[in-house]
Amino acid sequence: MEGLERIIREHPFFAGLEERFTALVCGCAKNVRFEAAQYLFHEGGPADEFYLLRHGRVALELRAPGRGAVTFQTLRESEIVGVSWLIPPYRWTYDAKALELVRAIAIDAACLRRKCEADHDLGYDMMKRVMPVLVQRLQAARLQILDVYGSHG
Amino acid sequence: MGDAAAFAADRADPMVPRVARVRRRRRDGPLVWTLELEADGADPGGFAPGQFNMLTVFGVGEVPISLSGDPAAPDRLVHTVRAVGPVSAALARVEPGGAVGLRGPFGAGWPMAEAAGRDVVLVAGGLGLAPLRPALYRLLAERERYGNVVLLYGTRSPDEILFRREIETWRRRLDIDIEVTVDHAAGDWHGHVGVVTTLIPRAAFDPLHALALVCGPEVMMRFAISALRDAGLAEEAVYLSMERNMKCAVGLCGHCQFGPVLVCRDGPVFRFDRLRGLLRTKEI
Ligand SMILES: Cc1cc2nc3c(=O)[nH]c(=O)nc-3n(C[C@H](O)[C@H](O)[C@H](O)COP(=O)(O)OP(=O)(O)OC[C@H]3O[C@@H](n4cnc5c(N)ncnc54)[C@H](O)[C@@H]3O)c2cc1C
Repeated sequence: MEGLERIIREHPFFAGLEERFTALVCGCAKNVRFEAAQYLFHEGGPADEFYLLRHGRVALELRAPGRGAVTFQTLRESEIVGVSWLIPPYRWTYDAKALELVRAIAIDAACLRRKCEADHDLGYDMMKRVMPVLVQRLQAARLQILDVYGSHG
Repeated sequence: MGDAAAFAADRADPMVPRVARVRRRRRDGPLVWTLELEADGADPGGFAPGQFNMLTVFGVGEVPISLSGDPAAPDRLVHTVRAVGPVSAALARVEPGGAVGLRGPFGAGWPMAEAAGRDVVLVAGGLGLAPLRPALYRLLAERERYGNVVLLYGTRSPDEILFRREIETWRRRLDIDIEVTVDHAAGDWHGHVGVVTTLIPRAAFDPLHALALVCGPEVMMRFAISALRDAGLAEEAVYLSMERNMKCAVGLCGHCQFGPVLVCRDGPVFRFDRLRGLLRTKEI
């Protein structure tokens, strides 16, 4: 447990997390690994875990008819995979695939959501951590929609 | 055009094009061609990284195109052109041996002297890598004069990566950090996917002692500058290359006016604080 707590505290997503919250998060966490090409989760599935990446890269993919899988973002160590776990209806909206051996901490989302409901200070803290990730991804999506590198850039 | 001699070199008059021949032509992506020109007779002169030439396709028109080659080899006038409209498309089609008109080089280039002794971060988007390539050649040729050199390059998809083979060669060097990312990719791409701004927070530079050179579509530059500022870089340490339609290229006609500045004469490279407020203005 000691090792897991240290890893969680040192992960940038949880930077500055209060000690009592670290213990709560840690109670929902476990070490996981994925082999290259293995999926962490699939679109439409329940968002019942999210991942703190420690090693290796993960591709976020959407499937488009006739185009196969299109990667719209890759993530790497010190980032998180999965934001839908905090937002109803708690379903994944894309696939996440390991591009190489991935080591991560998986957080049981239902477990952490329960703790957030019971302790709104923890819930607010989690919101403040997830919101910037969501905003960054929204801005990135806007730039991608603008297709700025097209001939009208 | 038969009477190409009418465009004979007269470097004293910046409005009179010289004739240049296309020596080599290489496809560098969908709709993108790199032309190596050789000016008839006249001395090669030389150019500063970030400068541009006005290139004429006889009977079609004239457009500003940046020099994208090595400033240490000024007799090879390299330009990378994307065919977006009548003139650029005609230019991209000129075969080796064919003639084009050439005026230049014009404009203020990248701040190579100011970069000495500092970390240098080049942020390029799409075709914006072309005007930055001469700066990169210079940085690598005088590598010991600079701190960390970082190239962050974003483009639309893997098959649109400009100068791919050269990037792969540079990547093998141990004295430059290069990160390439694309907006989206199919399954056979194993590099990064995501917008170029996501590379900035991880780049190895000291914000207090770095200069950033930014070139790409205006929206991309706006987001990149904001990420560079978030990383701690001062406005005075950020330079960008602006594109505005231009005609005379020597500050006379006013066609390329952008707020209080003329892009051809005062730019195309500007220190960001000189353009503050203008970049967000919808129409100028
Ligand atoms: C200082 C400077 C340096 C430049 N360097 C290069 C270069 O190295 N390589 C290069 O390919 N181009 C460069 N350009 C842009 C180039 O000059 C224009 O693409 C060209 O003038 C278009 O002329 P056209 O007649 O082919 O198309 P137009 O008929 O003028 O335009 C056709 C379409 O392309 C769009 N368009 C025009 N200009 C641009 C642009 N800059 N970017 C994206 N879309 C545009 C127009 O909105 C229009 O929809 C530079 C411009 C400047 C000012």
